[in-house]
Amino acid sequence: MEYFIQQLINGLTLGSIYGLIAIGYTMVYGIIGMINFAHGDVFMIGAFIALIVFLVLTTVFYSIPVALALLIMMIVAMLLTSLYNWTIEKVAYRPLRGSFRLAPLITAIGMSIALSNFVQVAQGPRNKPIPPLVGRVYEIGGVVISLKQIIIVAVTAVLLTLFWYLVNKTALGRAQRACEQDRKMAALLGIDVDRTISITFIMGASLAAVAGTLFLMYYGVIVFSDGFVPGVKAFTAAVLGGIGSIPGAVLGGLLIGFIESMWSAYFSIDYKDVAAFSILAIVLIFMPSGILGRPEVEKV
Amino acid sequence: MAPNALLDVRNVETYYGNIRALNGVDVSVNQGEIVALIGANGAGKSTLMMTIFGSPRARSGQIVFDGTDITQMPTHEIARLRIAQSPEGRRIFPRMTVLENLQMGASLDKLKFFDEDVEKVFTLFPRLKERINQRGGTLSGGEQQMLSIGRALMARPRLLLLDEPSLGLAPLIVKGIFDAIRELNRTQGLTVFLVEQNAFGALKLATRGYVMVNGSVTMSGTGKDLLADPEVRAAYLEGGRH
Ligand SMILES: Nc1ncnc2c1ncn2[C@@H]1O[C@H](COP(=O)(O)OP(=O)(O)OP(=O)(O)O)[C@@H](O)[C@H]1O
Ligand SMILES: [Mg+2]
Repeated sequence: MEYFIQQLINGLTLGSIYGLIAIGYTMVYGIIGMINFAHGDVFMIGAFIALIVFLVLTTVFYSIPVALALLIMMIVAMLLTSLYNWTIEKVAYRPLRGSFRLAPLITAIGMSIALSNFVQVAQGPRNKPIPPLVGRVYEIGGVVISLKQIIIVAVTAVLLTLFWYLVNKTALGRAQRACEQDRKMAALLGIDVDRTISITFIMGASLAAVAGTLFLMYYGVIVFSDGFVPGVKAFTAAVLGGIGSIPGAVLGGLLIGFIESMWSAYFSIDYKDVAAFSILAIVLIFMPSGILGRPEVEKV
Repeated sequence: MAPNALLDVRNVETYYGNIRALNGVDVSVNQGEIVALIGANGAGKSTLMMTIFGSPRARSGQIVFDGTDITQMPTHEIARLRIAQSPEGRRIFPRMTVLENLQMGASLDKLKFFDEDVEKVFTLFPRLKERINQRGGTLSGGEQQMLSIGRALMARPRLLLLDEPSLGLAPLIVKGIFDAIRELNRTQGLTVFLVEQNAFGALKLATRGYVMVNGSVTMSGTGKDLLADPEVRAAYLEGGRH
């Protein structure tokens, strides 16, 4: 039983990170109907920015409190990663809007390769480690919870709450949903659609940057190719939860996290990715639009 | 072509790919007028309404609103000049509630006059008030039509474009809408440009009217004159009064 709860906690931690990344996939898909394959690499860039900020901070200030350092890493990573994603959308995707459907998808794959190669050249091809930032662990009735895990889950919960509020209760969120549902009509009502799309990329990148910072803190290491596997898993999470649905992305992220940790615990760690993708395939056979995918009950 | 027209469409041509849908259209709407546009299916009426918003964009000609050339202006900036449209197909946001759809209509003023204006819309369409938390996509066709018009009114428009406001509505509601348009026009000086299949009702309501055939305006005049015109009667009125 303890072992099971332990895996649940590990799954929740992983799932939080996947969920944060998955929102970026699902929102961009929702608003422009495109899978932004570069999003995993945007996450990786977020982690690298956090790493660089960490190195700068520890060089400049000899002993900076860890909590403050993490906060600064997170905020700078959010800002700069957003700038990256904003630029990518503007120079690579926007000019192709309205051209044939596959064009932005192919560009996104190209962008993904370009970003990871850029980081490989700029930061070198080897793992970049940081010293353990948060080491404390708690033991409650045989279950070990690390402070890192608590931070990850808490930060995710706070961000998701803020994010939920932004999307559902503010004029900006309303404009985003309007663009998602009918871009032409949104423009007829005075909404600047291009600007709203830019903001969506910025929001997705911010969450990915937080995920990147948390990932770096959790594993203590980052490498240029780290955008790929978490990216694909977060994408899987978005599809599993129902692409286009924000709660679905979070739910999908948690499910993938749970499946992965349970599978590694009870079966073979080597096949944990296969397990996640198999479940995706099975769910999609029975629920083609994902778990919380759009129910098609609307009149047109 | 009045020199002081609020909206002036001059010799506009619009294409869908290689197909020409508007063929040198001239239309003008003066401040305070109700102008009706009638014509057969596929004549290009909805295309004209959307071309005014630059979507699709006119390939040639000029569109001027209150002295400003809007021919090449981005669609959302045209809307910000306070032109509102209840477009063909209603285009309700399906996964937003009735309330949110109305809030979208009031985006330009950041909801500053929302409470005041929404009451007016509810007085016009009490049905919407009953359905306030229902998702737009699940409303009946007529309710969606009311919501589309209500949403356009929420923008406090200087020019209101209505593409077939009577479509799918029960005769009593149609009468209500036409009365409401007349009332808004009379009391607030709202300028209205509307497309109608219900040519009789529209021409009775309108100060002036235009008849469109195959992407060209073939006839224009006061509502009364057009109603009396034998050609108009034969093509659009006989056999289908209301
Ligand atoms: N998106 C489009 N692509 C290609 N052709 C189009 C498009 N929209 C309209 N058309 C064509 O342009 C012409 C004018 O269409 P439009 O919708 O303006 O007619 P309408 O007068 O509004 O007709 P109705 O009374 O049936 O609404 C039609 O021949 C139509 O088939
Ligand atoms: Mg039409």
